[in-house]
Amino acid sequence: MAMLEIKNVTRRFGDFSAVENVSLSIESGEFFTLLGPSGCGKTTILRMLAGFDLPDAGQILLDGKDMVDTPPEKRPVRTVFQNYALFPHMTVAQNVAFPLKMARIPAAVQRKQLQEALEQVHLTDKAAAYPHELSGGQKQRVALARGLVSRPRLLLLDEPLGALDAKLREEMQVDLINLQRDVGITFVFVTHAQVEALALSHRIAVMRAGKVEQVDEPSRLYSAPCNRFVADFIGHINLLDASVLQAAHGHHVHLDIAGLGEVLAPPHVGLASGGKGYFAIRPEQVRIGVHEEVRELKNHFSATVQQFLYRGDVTVYKVRLDNGMVLEALLPNAAPGRARLFEVGDTVSVGWRHDAGVFLVA
Amino acid sequence: MAPEMSEKTQSSRATRLARWLVSGPPLLFLAVFFLLPSAIMVLASFRYPGEFGGLAPLFSTVPGVLHGLTFETYQFFFSDIIYVQVFLKSFLVALATTLICLLLAYPLALLIARSPKKSRDLMVLLVILPFASNFLVRVYAWMILLGPQAALSQAINAVLALFGLTPVHLLFSPFAVLVGMVYVHLPFMVLPLYTNLEKHDPMLLDAAQDCGANAWQRFWRITFPLSMPGILSGAALVFIPVLGMFAIPDILGGTGDMLIGNLIKEQFLGTRDWPFGSTLSIMLTLAVLAVAWLAARLGRGGKYYA
Amino acid sequence: MRRGWRLWAAALSVYAFLYLPLAVVVVYSFNDSRLNAEWIGFTLRWYEVLLHDREMLLAAGNSLFIALVSSLAATLLGTMAGMAMHRYRIRMLAFMVLTPVAMPEILLGVSLLLFFIQVLNLTLGMLSIVLAHITFSIGFVAVIVRARLAGVEESLFEAARDCGASQWQTFRHITLPLILPAVVAGGLMAFTLSIDDFVITFFTAGVGVQTLPLRIYSMIKIAVTPEVNAVSTLLMLLTLTLIVLASRFAPDALKGKA
Repeated sequence: MAMLEIKNVTRRFGDFSAVENVSLSIESGEFFTLLGPSGCGKTTILRMLAGFDLPDAGQILLDGKDMVDTPPEKRPVRTVFQNYALFPHMTVAQNVAFPLKMARIPAAVQRKQLQEALEQVHLTDKAAAYPHELSGGQKQRVALARGLVSRPRLLLLDEPLGALDAKLREEMQVDLINLQRDVGITFVFVTHAQVEALALSHRIAVMRAGKVEQVDEPSRLYSAPCNRFVADFIGHINLLDASVLQAAHGHHVHLDIAGLGEVLAPPHVGLASGGKGYFAIRPEQVRIGVHEEVRELKNHFSATVQQFLYRGDVTVYKVRLDNGMVLEALLPNAAPGRARLFEVGDTVSVGWRHDAGVFLVA
Repeated sequence: MAPEMSEKTQSSRATRLARWLVSGPPLLFLAVFFLLPSAIMVLASFRYPGEFGGLAPLFSTVPGVLHGLTFETYQFFFSDIIYVQVFLKSFLVALATTLICLLLAYPLALLIARSPKKSRDLMVLLVILPFASNFLVRVYAWMILLGPQAALSQAINAVLALFGLTPVHLLFSPFAVLVGMVYVHLPFMVLPLYTNLEKHDPMLLDAAQDCGANAWQRFWRITFPLSMPGILSGAALVFIPVLGMFAIPDILGGTGDMLIGNLIKEQFLGTRDWPFGSTLSIMLTLAVLAVAWLAARLGRGGKYYA
Repeated sequence: MRRGWRLWAAALSVYAFLYLPLAVVVVYSFNDSRLNAEWIGFTLRWYEVLLHDREMLLAAGNSLFIALVSSLAATLLGTMAGMAMHRYRIRMLAFMVLTPVAMPEILLGVSLLLFFIQVLNLTLGMLSIVLAHITFSIGFVAVIVRARLAGVEESLFEAARDCGASQWQTFRHITLPLILPAVVAGGLMAFTLSIDDFVITFFTAGVGVQTLPLRIYSMIKIAVTPEVNAVSTLLMLLTLTLIVLASRFAPDALKGKA
């Protein structure tokens, strides 16, 4: 049995269904992320886990025990709030020690655990400071320490990196991964930023309009999205209208892309010939060039460069296929010097491996 | 460069003119009708009383007429324990009024602050409205309510009679004074408290609950300490006027319920000993300044709102 | 909201505490009995008595006149003070404007009494009352006007100057229209304060002139009569109207006072 079981949970606000029949199970020690656009119900789930909200239907089981009658202050669950919610009239040490104090832990033990928690987030020297004297990243770490100090079974993090600037956010991501690994506490992380989710999580649940669309490991989610929404929400992707010509033919399926012709794609269970849908392929899987190597690929077409976007590490090319569709291709700028390999209007070849991309049923 | 310079000096001359045009009249008026009278009062406290009330002249050649400056009134103030007692009693009344106001105002302010936004303004207006009716009317209302024929007195005395106790007079008593003081000053406590409580981030209470704090702990450890600045400004707004109040003890109190204000009024309009009245006023001013200073000093802990 | 009822109960009893006494005054003003004890029957007799009380009418006239004159002067001076406090850092002005608001009224009353008699050698009366009322009203007007100015984007004035407006034109076309609601609210506040004032008037009125609060005071010092209830009720109605008007012009003005 998983440590945390969310069973058929539904929460409605009037006519609006914030969470609709969601079931998830989360293992002990896992870094689990709820990912989705705002309003998808991820925060509502978090609030129900913390106890600030209750499901209209369904159950939440922690270590096999139904949580419905346990108020927030009695749950072995802590939250790191979106804007940290640090107590402004308490020092860093008082903030972090607050859960210990509420639990009436002996003073000596309190001191030891406080010290440990402060060390974990590298804030020992800020113990006497007040929240308004701290930077955003430091506040973030105080909130984390307050969440971890009493060793909860579950730590909930509500968009904790949202208020930080881009560089700090990246640093905090690394810190979070290390911290979670060191303390071994189960994290349930809520975010709308897919990059964050991919970088941090063991597993991700992608949500939309109160429902879970897919639960998987980050790499699986990225490479094998189960539907168009997931494919589109996570990273960039090219979507081409396609239909199945031949469902199972050895190691690949044959697809027909409207106005373009036949392509080969990796096999996929449950496909039937004639099925309509999309062929989805990531920009970095699309090769672009004038050389023979592109033409050697099973799937290759000619195209015209329409636009390019220099991004430093990579250059994104938008090329127009002969059927009028526009495809994005990503070329790493690995070689020093020239970053622009093609000019607008150049005729090029584009192609991708037969085991790249995925067919999504409409 | 040159024309710009001259334009600049011209505009700064205009600016200076505007500055004096705007600030001059109120400065002048208040200097004459606030600052000067205050200074006169300080001076008066060091003078001798006149033969027929008022002040004795500063300079006189007539033999036997007291004139010049003296510390006599201050010596007199400290020589008679009665005056110090009246000051102490006034402080006690002010303290009691402040505490009762706080006790009454807190739940109300908390309720308003936690009500939906659209009903808050109405609830605040309902607190201000009675406070807008005439001061004397509000005090007078308690003459009716606490009067011997009123239901309250009759009920209390009926209960007392059951136990064979002598009936009490509610009106013209220290109790009536306290009720009147609280009634008149309550809004001064509610408003700053509400203004403070309204600013509290409700997320902090969630965070405290998340950390294991129950309702009682959430109030005493989060809401109450965070509302300290509001409590202090409310306390100052109640304490200071109560300290100098003469009308409420005058109307609702008995002969023994004299406070500083009554003493001052008596000196100026009754016995007409103006130097001593001025001395009492100066003492009251010093007491007020001390209270204000204390409130400001304690309130410095409110820095975390910065 | 499970434990909300306790808060509601406490708050409602405080509201009752605030309104019950006033309700009693109003109700007894219609009671057909000399005593404020039991309800006998409805009457307008006490309002009629009021209408024929020459002294009361005279006092009311005095009060209105004093309030009108003093509030006009206080509005002008207070608006200037509020603008000066907003724009310039004149510590002395801020001190002189705010202190009379914060001090116990009796102190201003007795110091003005001393000043009028000892220095100006003035016979106490209408003039001394008006001057005293202006003195304590300036602060209230100034605070309201300054609060309004603090809410105005500073760049508006700079934009006006940038468009070629002189200081006077900027004031006339930008500042004044922006602060007008606060000026009106401040004026109404000054009027209300003047009509209501008892303590300062008590010390600066002398023997010749009576205002409404002074008249009420001398009546209740003698006896509690239904006529006082009637005049109190009318006074409540008047201040209520003024408050509603003031809150129309500047909704925040009332909060700014506290």
